[in-house]
Amino acid sequence: MKVLVTGIASHVGRMVAVDLLHREHLVLGIDRRPWPDAPPGIEMFSTDIRKRPAEDVFRTRTPDAVVHLATVTHLSRRAKERHRINLGGTQALFEYCRKYEVKQALFVGRHTYYGADAESALYHTEAEPPMAVTTYPELADLVAADLYAGSALWRFPQIDTVVLRIAYLLGPSRAGTLANYLRGPRVPTILGFDPLFQFIHEQDAARAIVEALEKRLRGVFNVTGPRPVPLSLLIKVTGRSNLPLVRPAFTRLIGRFGLPKLPKGAVNHIKYPVVVDGSAFREATDFAPNFDEVQTMKAYATLDDRW
Amino acid sequence: MQGKVMRRWVADDDVEAAVARIELPFNRYGLDHYGISRDHLVTFFSMLAPFYRRYFSVRVFGAEHIPEKGRTMVVGNHSGGLPVDGAMVLTSLLLELDPPRLGQGMVEKFANRWPFLSHWFSRVGQFTGLPEHARRLLEDERCLMVFPEGARGTGKLYKDRYNLVRFGTGFMRLALSTNTPIVPFAFIGGEEALPTIMHLKRLARVINVPYIPISPYVVPVPLPIPCQIFYGKPMEFDGDGSETDEVVIGYVGQVRAEIERLIDKGRSWRREALQQGVIGEADEVAT
Repeated sequence: MKVLVTGIASHVGRMVAVDLLHREHLVLGIDRRPWPDAPPGIEMFSTDIRKRPAEDVFRTRTPDAVVHLATVTHLSRRAKERHRINLGGTQALFEYCRKYEVKQALFVGRHTYYGADAESALYHTEAEPPMAVTTYPELADLVAADLYAGSALWRFPQIDTVVLRIAYLLGPSRAGTLANYLRGPRVPTILGFDPLFQFIHEQDAARAIVEALEKRLRGVFNVTGPRPVPLSLLIKVTGRSNLPLVRPAFTRLIGRFGLPKLPKGAVNHIKYPVVVDGSAFREATDFAPNFDEVQTMKAYATLDDRW
Repeated sequence: MQGKVMRRWVADDDVEAAVARIELPFNRYGLDHYGISRDHLVTFFSMLAPFYRRYFSVRVFGAEHIPEKGRTMVVGNHSGGLPVDGAMVLTSLLLELDPPRLGQGMVEKFANRWPFLSHWFSRVGQFTGLPEHARRLLEDERCLMVFPEGARGTGKLYKDRYNLVRFGTGFMRLALSTNTPIVPFAFIGGEEALPTIMHLKRLARVINVPYIPISPYVVPVPLPIPCQIFYGKPMEFDGDGSETDEVVIGYVGQVRAEIERLIDKGRSWRREALQQGVIGEADEVAT
């Protein structure tokens, strides 16, 4: 199968590409960022997904499947550009898929879609609405992109579209929302709250993406790794120290004194859990994570610890 | 971890032994997939045990009616301003059953917004009373503790003691659709332990709690009054939860009548025991 991966230079993008190569698929990649030591056999295109050269990749290379990883969070981009990349990019991608008869489209979403709130339940199923829009406004464009991708299921029934809402990634690459939050020696938490955190080893996540493609899944699925653990334990096992702060101090101190910078909406995600039910995906693909919760946390912790 | 540190300080031997025998899928950190923590359970119940044994001298009748394993709903009357009844029922499920069971209450929504309360309730399996939680726990073969009167029940005034207020129907639909037996119970003594003469309604609204009880001695602290729990025989109903309200309300009525019967039984037992002055060691009665 000829697979085009957008955002291929990201950590998870690289892992997906390598996994696809291993399984003897043809891999094409689009990214604005370079991937200098890309393994041979991957054809790279340095372009923006919304630009004309990207469409030309679809036109000339006619991929069978597309993995859309080129979405960004608040961490890396400002609101306006984020909106353009997440929504504009996703829209353009599905338009190309329709026009150039791509058979499968896989959108990589996030489990934070469901949002964290005092009144939300543990183990969200795919049928639940996106609370994140109200609880975490900085996630609104990702939620919209997720829903937009899902709407391809009825707008373009000829494409096998699958949306994967993947738990926080954790692993040696130390990239991603949760990894950034845990980066420093002291991790700020909110006093009196210790929510469950759900994460998946980045290699397991990459494998889940590839298996979803190979199984030719259609629909929306939560993807989970090991069972969730309380934030305090996550901090301890990754070798950080817990800095519990009362709410007003938390808001004032984040982004200073080496503490991570977090948007306002993130507070809810540090007070309350986002835990999703990944059983539908496991049943559809027989996927099982290779890394349990301890291995996943340790994989993040043990790499060139500067602290 | 907070739970572990506190466990060393307060651990009670019986509680320690009972928690060790609870049949939950704990991982190597003593956590299950809902985040229920063995350390926190030991600490939580070790703090409740002295109240259970001495302060309220709780006696339990009919504990044999609670299924040893599998999905179960214990359903009873709510009373007494603070949910002393809930805490004591949970303790009885742990200390009086063999093997012990962890009861999981369906907590009022405000609790999860409060620091520490949110943390502790999540670690000891007392989750917000959402239908999603209830269904998932039952399908996981857990034991759910339900007070169908809800906050209306604990908010009762002393003059209305032991008069059941309106029962919700959600628990019955859930029991029907998940095929769960209902074990009715009566909690006796909660109303006397914390008699409520009035509520601070405005203050309650300000701090976002359902009510603030005021007792004759002002502060809502429960008195050391002996309490009893009377569990009845499991009740099962025909249906799949898609029945009309009329049918479901009829079933709820049956549960309610059974709880009323247990309350009457419990109150007359209590009267006799008080007359004989032997409330601590009076004879067993069949429930």
